[in-house]
Amino acid sequence: MIAHSIFFYTFSFIAILSAIMLTVSKNTVHSVFFLILDFISISCLFIMIGAEFLGMMMLIVYVGAVAVLFLFVVMMLNVVQQKNEWLVSTKSSTHIPIGLLISLVILFELLVVVGGWKFKPDLMTSMSLTISQDITNTHSLGSVIYTDYIHIFQLSGMILLVAMIGAIVLTFRQRSGLKRQSYFGQISREKTEGVQLIDVESDKGVNLDD
Amino acid sequence: MIDIGLGHYLTLGAIIFTIGIVGIFLNRKNIIVILMSIELILLAVNINLVSFSIFLNNLIGQVFTLFILTVAAAEAAIGLAIIIVYYRNSGTVAVEEINKLKG
Repeated sequence: MIAHSIFFYTFSFIAILSAIMLTVSKNTVHSVFFLILDFISISCLFIMIGAEFLGMMMLIVYVGAVAVLFLFVVMMLNVVQQKNEWLVSTKSSTHIPIGLLISLVILFELLVVVGGWKFKPDLMTSMSLTISQDITNTHSLGSVIYTDYIHIFQLSGMILLVAMIGAIVLTFRQRSGLKRQSYFGQISREKTEGVQLIDVESDKGVNLDD
Repeated sequence: MIDIGLGHYLTLGAIIFTIGIVGIFLNRKNIIVILMSIELILLAVNINLVSFSIFLNNLIGQVFTLFILTVAAAEAAIGLAIIIVYYRNSGTVAVEEINKLKG
């Protein structure tokens, strides 16, 4: 239990600190690195409390795909020079106190909700899909996803497909003055229009220029 | 303090959620950092769902965390594509200069 609490406080401290650094960091690339650190520490927390599959999946999806996507975009857009000026921007200094106030109110409300939940333990009784202890987390998740939640699972696959097509369609650009291969023209060529058969008389030769 | 319960995890989720809100409110310069703050908010939601799932001994929370993960990945891809298109058209992604809608 001591080890559990030590690990929890370590990882959550790293997560909160890197989230703050993500917000206030002046360099966007550093922000992406802090995002990666945040995801890694939260996935360590997930693995620690017994959701191993989700922890590993967060490592793969977020650190392996989303954060690398952010890095690509930051490098493509040349925003490294545009410093992330936080709290020192001169134009909009009226936003900052109001924003901080609203954020503090939101945090206070969330903490009140957490505290109020502790005094209502009869929510414990409304459970349906219990976690069994004798098979692994991945096994139990798989046995649920592919049976009870198969429609939602396939729907999330459709969401990923739509996102992929949408991203490609959004960023696709037809540049002019560029020689491209015409696949359809190549495939749809017929023998009649590509080849010309000529009867050659002997000792005469062929004139191909006509 | 020593005994880590559900309240600790929910507090962590609340703090990270609030940091994401602060990042959206107070970032005046860079729109990519705003997208990263949205990712932080989704991460906080995932923390809440997973900790409820573990401490209430109910697997549904983890199933829906998986779906939130896919939606977050799709949202990041589409958002970054929109940012790239906007940068290509207008040459900047600074928040203060995106004022076509006069908002």
